[in-house]
Amino acid sequence: MEQTLILTGAQAAAEAARLSRVQVVAAYPITPQSKIPETLSGYVERGLLKAEFVRVESEHSAMGVCIAASIAGARAFTATASNGLAYMHEQLHWAAGSRLPIVMPVANRGVGAPWTILNDCQDTISQRDTGWMQFYCMNNQEVLDLVIVAFKAAERLLIPCMVCFDGFLLSHTFMPVAMPGQQEVDSFLPPYVPFHTLDPENPVNINPVVLSDTVADPDGVPSPGYMGFRYRLQKSLEDGLAVIRQTGREFGELFGRSYEDPLFHYQTEDADFLFVAMGAIVGEASEAVDALRGQGVKAGVLGVRVYRPFPAAELYQALRQRRVVAVVEKAISYGYEGALASELKAAFYGKSGPAPVIFNYIAGLGGKDVATADLVQAASESIAAAKSGTVPDRAQWIGC
Amino acid sequence: MSGQSSILDYPEQEFILPGNRLCAGCGVTIAYRFILKALGKKTLICVPASCLTILHGMYPKTPIMATTVNNTFAGTAAAASGFAAALKATGREDWHVLAMAGDGGTFDMGIQGLSGAAERGDNFIYVCYDNEAYMNTGTQRSSATPAGALTTTTPVRPKEQLKKDFMKIMDAHWLPYMAGISSAYPADVYKKFLKAREIKGTRFFHLSAPCPTGWAYPTKDTVKIGRMMVESCLFPLYEIENGRLSLTGKSLSIARSGGKKPIDEYLGLQGRFKKITAEQAAAFQRHVDEQWEALLARAGF
Repeated sequence: MEQTLILTGAQAAAEAARLSRVQVVAAYPITPQSKIPETLSGYVERGLLKAEFVRVESEHSAMGVCIAASIAGARAFTATASNGLAYMHEQLHWAAGSRLPIVMPVANRGVGAPWTILNDCQDTISQRDTGWMQFYCMNNQEVLDLVIVAFKAAERLLIPCMVCFDGFLLSHTFMPVAMPGQQEVDSFLPPYVPFHTLDPENPVNINPVVLSDTVADPDGVPSPGYMGFRYRLQKSLEDGLAVIRQTGREFGELFGRSYEDPLFHYQTEDADFLFVAMGAIVGEASEAVDALRGQGVKAGVLGVRVYRPFPAAELYQALRQRRVVAVVEKAISYGYEGALASELKAAFYGKSGPAPVIFNYIAGLGGKDVATADLVQAASESIAAAKSGTVPDRAQWIGC
Repeated sequence: MSGQSSILDYPEQEFILPGNRLCAGCGVTIAYRFILKALGKKTLICVPASCLTILHGMYPKTPIMATTVNNTFAGTAAAASGFAAALKATGREDWHVLAMAGDGGTFDMGIQGLSGAAERGDNFIYVCYDNEAYMNTGTQRSSATPAGALTTTTPVRPKEQLKKDFMKIMDAHWLPYMAGISSAYPADVYKKFLKAREIKGTRFFHLSAPCPTGWAYPTKDTVKIGRMMVESCLFPLYEIENGRLSLTGKSLSIARSGGKKPIDEYLGLQGRFKKITAEQAAAFQRHVDEQWEALLARAGF
């Protein structure tokens, strides 16, 4: 039975793991994620969750435990943030390269140095190229729902998935969350079936050294080289958006909240101007849109919920008829601009027909507050600059 | 098994097929073969980037007949923990989890994860096969390299620092079982693994694995070198069960009847010690003597 509870994002992530019947949890505490392992270890100790909780000594080991557990046939879960995620980096590649459906919420936090415990998305954006799927949540309902959706999509595609949600802004903020019943979640998410079943009569050597070229095995069957394996991962990710859409639709059919669309739309229908953003800032941008509409500007917000695989075609369709787009990001590819802005521009490259003028704003790094007024001003400046043809050649920093 | 084991007592099944890619005369394979015979086919092996990766072959061929999973360099103990957790969570605790890492992956890069797992008492057997340098990458020094040895990162002046006493570190984790074993004494290896497989929790083996390539001695002398390490009490054979230390095999007979040999001949047989100074060699001998006396005292001699 569904019931509505008032939960923080961290609690929602932990509840989603419980509802997903995770079998091995390995996590190391880091602000602002700590409440997730705390909650789950309590559930395991009280017998509310039948799982092994491995109290690892580091994030590197947390992911190492999840990788091995997932290979051996257990549904594996961890959570982290910031430098903890950075410390996992080689294991992230290993998990994706091993094609393991591990799900990991990340309570987004800035990365040192200097130290900050507060929110931005540099931690997960910096892991963009590890081969993981990345979902970004706007609110705590999405945290709960997308962890469950992530497990199903990950197990269909054999690709791990990060469910990213803003530290403090979501992780520590109470919001109403509709909690699905266990039976309903069970009917949505069947037990995990690993790709390889341990069999003493049929031993295998998993992840050995591979050559660069395709070679024949002793039976003459061509076996891929390193690029062959890596291409399969890329192909699965390219085809994965359709699987994510289908999984999101199935979730919607059962629970009434569909995640078929990798994008979130607010007031976009008639908009000339659109914010494009990911995570909780979509909420702030929506408020700015209300203010802009009050001033007579036809503004809207496009939220990117699925960032990897990148919904380039969907973004192109959603943006091609607009005049001005402001991409507001809580991360940057240092030395250039925000990664989302670059990728959005790339989605328009080589296409004929109309295209918006795309602006890039870097905001909210290390917990810097992003006020509605800041976003309204960014929108007004973008619209004016597009009109006068004075488009800046680099990302603009808000609040510096 | 009691008393002297005969070659007829070992299971016939082989888990390493002939023709692996390791260097001729490698000490690792001798012990590995008996370890797997003792544990049997329901063994899940985890291996970091190391010489064992080479033994296990290049895709799509492998000589290994037990399920093996390769993991990141520093990730061996965490992988073993993950397997142990998954096997427990899915009700398959009849499998053994065997972690096999070198001295680089254990003494150095893997120490954090291993210490974490050992403190938690995760249910697996961990073997550090110690060839006293980063052999897989070409004989660079590790914290397991003894003072006086040349390596490719101490190419002119032999290493100055003493080898890390890793067993002391593991001993500080209150393990139910740990043992020193040598490739030159496979019967002792086999016997200890039969015992270890019946114990729950983290079990740790320090395996002396002489390396003709890195130590610069003729490939035919691996067993000879390994025996010299034990006969000189440089690498004693023993086990520690819940803190109680007992000498075994050759080391026990030396403790009882004497016959401890000096290390001179051992040093002289290896190219890696060709630049060791007389002072270093004397200090090496003193160090061996002190450590052996301490071990004897703890063993009740």
